[in-house]
Amino acid sequence: MATIHLTVNNKPYTLDVDPQMPLLWAIRDVIGLKGTKFGCGMSLCGACTVHFDGVAMRSCTLPVAAAANAKNITTIEGISENIDHAVQKAWIELQVPQCGYCQSGQIMSAVSLLKTNPKPTDADIDGAMMGNLCRCGTYTRIRKAIHRAAELMG
Amino acid sequence: MSELMISRMIRQSRTSGLGRRDFLKMSSLGGAALVLGLSADRRNIRAGSVEDMEGSYHLNPYVIIESNGKITLMNPKPDMGQGTFQSVPSLIAEELEVRLEDVTILQTGGEKQYGMQTSGGSFSVRGNYHQLRKVGAAAKEMLIGAAAVSWGVLAPQCHAENARVFHKTSGKSLSYGELAEAASKLSPPQNPTLKHPKDFKILGRNYPRPDVPLKSSGRAVYGIDVEVPGMVYASIEHNPVFGSKLVSYDDSDALKIAGVQKTIRFQRLLGKNKYDAVAVIADNFWAARQGRLALKIKWDNGDLEKFNSVDYAASLRKAAHKAGVVVHHQGDFDKSFAEAPVKIESFYETPIVSHSPMEPMNCVAQWTSDKEVEVWASAQGPDLVQDELSKRLSIPKENIKVHIMFSGGGFGRRLYPDFATQAAQLAKEVGKPVKVVWTREDDTQLGPFRPMTFSAMKAGLSAEGKPVAFQHKVISPSIGATMDEQRDSTGESSDMTEGISTQKYELPNMKNAYVFAEIPVPLAAWRSVTSSTVAFAHECFIDEMAVKAKKDPMDYRLNTLLTKDSDSRRVLDKLRQVSGWEKPLPKGWGRGVAQYEFFAGLAGYVVLVSSHSNSVKIEKVYSVIDLGTVVNPDMTALQIEGATTMALSAATKNGITFKYGQTEQTNFHNNPIVRINEMPPVEVHILANGGPTIKGVGEPGIPPFAPALANAVFAATGKRIRKLPFDLNKI
Repeated sequence: MATIHLTVNNKPYTLDVDPQMPLLWAIRDVIGLKGTKFGCGMSLCGACTVHFDGVAMRSCTLPVAAAANAKNITTIEGISENIDHAVQKAWIELQVPQCGYCQSGQIMSAVSLLKTNPKPTDADIDGAMMGNLCRCGTYTRIRKAIHRAAELMG
Repeated sequence: MSELMISRMIRQSRTSGLGRRDFLKMSSLGGAALVLGLSADRRNIRAGSVEDMEGSYHLNPYVIIESNGKITLMNPKPDMGQGTFQSVPSLIAEELEVRLEDVTILQTGGEKQYGMQTSGGSFSVRGNYHQLRKVGAAAKEMLIGAAAVSWGVLAPQCHAENARVFHKTSGKSLSYGELAEAASKLSPPQNPTLKHPKDFKILGRNYPRPDVPLKSSGRAVYGIDVEVPGMVYASIEHNPVFGSKLVSYDDSDALKIAGVQKTIRFQRLLGKNKYDAVAVIADNFWAARQGRLALKIKWDNGDLEKFNSVDYAASLRKAAHKAGVVVHHQGDFDKSFAEAPVKIESFYETPIVSHSPMEPMNCVAQWTSDKEVEVWASAQGPDLVQDELSKRLSIPKENIKVHIMFSGGGFGRRLYPDFATQAAQLAKEVGKPVKVVWTREDDTQLGPFRPMTFSAMKAGLSAEGKPVAFQHKVISPSIGATMDEQRDSTGESSDMTEGISTQKYELPNMKNAYVFAEIPVPLAAWRSVTSSTVAFAHECFIDEMAVKAKKDPMDYRLNTLLTKDSDSRRVLDKLRQVSGWEKPLPKGWGRGVAQYEFFAGLAGYVVLVSSHSNSVKIEKVYSVIDLGTVVNPDMTALQIEGATTMALSAATKNGITFKYGQTEQTNFHNNPIVRINEMPPVEVHILANGGPTIKGVGEPGIPPFAPALANAVFAATGKRIRKLPFDLNKI
């Protein structure tokens, strides 16, 4: 066990945890933010995607001690107060989710993509979003919504 | 839940409606039901239970109106991504004249007055279409009646809109909140008037789904997210060799890990199967998982390690020579086949696959007394959870309070609530609320799985290529036999031969059969159940017949096999039109067609592919689904796109193989599913021309996809695919 200082969604937290505990479980079980999901534990599915200083990262294989090096970890809860980030607006306008379990991770990856590439092509989108699995098959809708979000962001 | 119950549900879904229930009987709601979004305090998911409502009036079990105007609708169908959170309550809302964005939707908890509350069989909307519209209409008439009385006018002079009742001539109006108490005292009308579809504001339109904002912001609560005060976590070590015996174990290292509290030896109960297991109980999931890795367990696998997919497949091929049980015979197959001038015989193989929903199995259980338990689950029905727990724990169903959360995918896996039994058993033992969370490895390896299913196909054709004899023989293990103590062999054969005798094709002298095989692993219904496997053989073989008859496969189906009008013929004709079937294609390109009709409904595909040396690329997928009546066209399109993705994964990704008694696959690196870059463009067309039957949405898109794809590969390359999975890059 160790004392770990984390900043999550611009809020400071002091945790007394195994330093090897993946950030995902610190976020979910210790801090109590449930929006970031567990899907595979091996960074194969992307459901656990958060932002490490704005860059998309899989939290299920990132030890919490390493996450402490970030100035800020952003989770799905932190990308907007009122579900009004452009990506979320596009997601709602196009009715993207089915079961919805993968969508927090999809949105986090999409937000990260649009930060560095405001007008992505389909190929750019596929490349950036390949790490996010969707068993319900919402992929076509996700692609459309990312284009729509890019439009909304101007 | 017994396989018999699931089979019964599937059979029930084949009929167009349930018997009339006394859904208008007023009764107070028993168990609590939960809001499926987060309350202000995210840890307290008990907020928003129906029992907490002050001044609330139950116009009927589904419609609760509070004097402050808050309207709650009860949803008897769990949402696992198929859209029932919106589609089913919208049946009530439409007739009740309320907007969905103005109501609170709560999930039922298995209470008797809601009848069958399990989502499956593509039955949720069509099974409730008339009944729930009447529920809404009856409540509306009670509210109008109350308003009319209060104004001293006649009810027909009033109308309802947006949760208010209006009296046109006087301009008076009252809100539903103001009317609820008086309305609740009136007798529910037995035959309320339903709206004409042309007046629909919600049904048949792309009405926004209220769960979408929750699912787009991390606010939707799944079973895996539930927390209750004092809760501990369980990570369970099972042996992936089914039937392995636990000899002994040493937990001394496990107990040393910070957060680990204790270990419990017990058994996973799945149908008739009892699998030895050890649970590690800890303060959080990570500690429980680490504790589990530190267990030292001695297992006795006996000769269970002999079981492997290669030998098993060989045994199924050998068994194909048996006559099996004849499930359908018209005319005289043996004579007609023997005398046919042209004969074709082909053998088709489909693999075991996993459900792999994105949310691994999990459940929270808490005993509130020594005979009462409360459970929070991502499951496909609160009633099936109650049935299962009642049986396993020997307590009455009324003592089992079930909170149904959003499911992160079901696909049939969440019809088997072994995870709920585990949580309840462990919670009893530990004396605290327990959350069981399976890892992805557990979820991949522990099944139950879709069966490996082979088909021996035979057809005799006349010299002109017309069919004179046909046989589809299914060789497979059966879901029921692996789960139920009590095996009804008639049930097995009909369940495992779904749809092969009932396609609209005019096939004389058809004799279909089923050869049963044992298997030592548990099997389950997987989205579209048996149709997902037998349709591959059936529709690919129809193509082989067309090719042998030197006919275009679309033309053969429309003009030789379907001379009479039928839904199937209309689906195929629509596919022909929308895909531009007759338009010439570049060299190396090809189109394939398939349709399949079964308990869930009817859909078809035309798949367009292009080939480049050994690779095939899916250029476009055209689909037509026959619904009769559509409730949410957009959601229907999403479900078909999703079915395409899932069927594509099952057809072209490696599936589940067994070696040394256990699955070789453990996670998404060796049990892959289709990713965004592999998703082809899909165009969905809905046939909704009215008619007496409403067909299902969730499953029909699965069975016809693989054969349409394989038929397209043949058209483009001349290579006939008879075994799934196949690699699109190694044709």
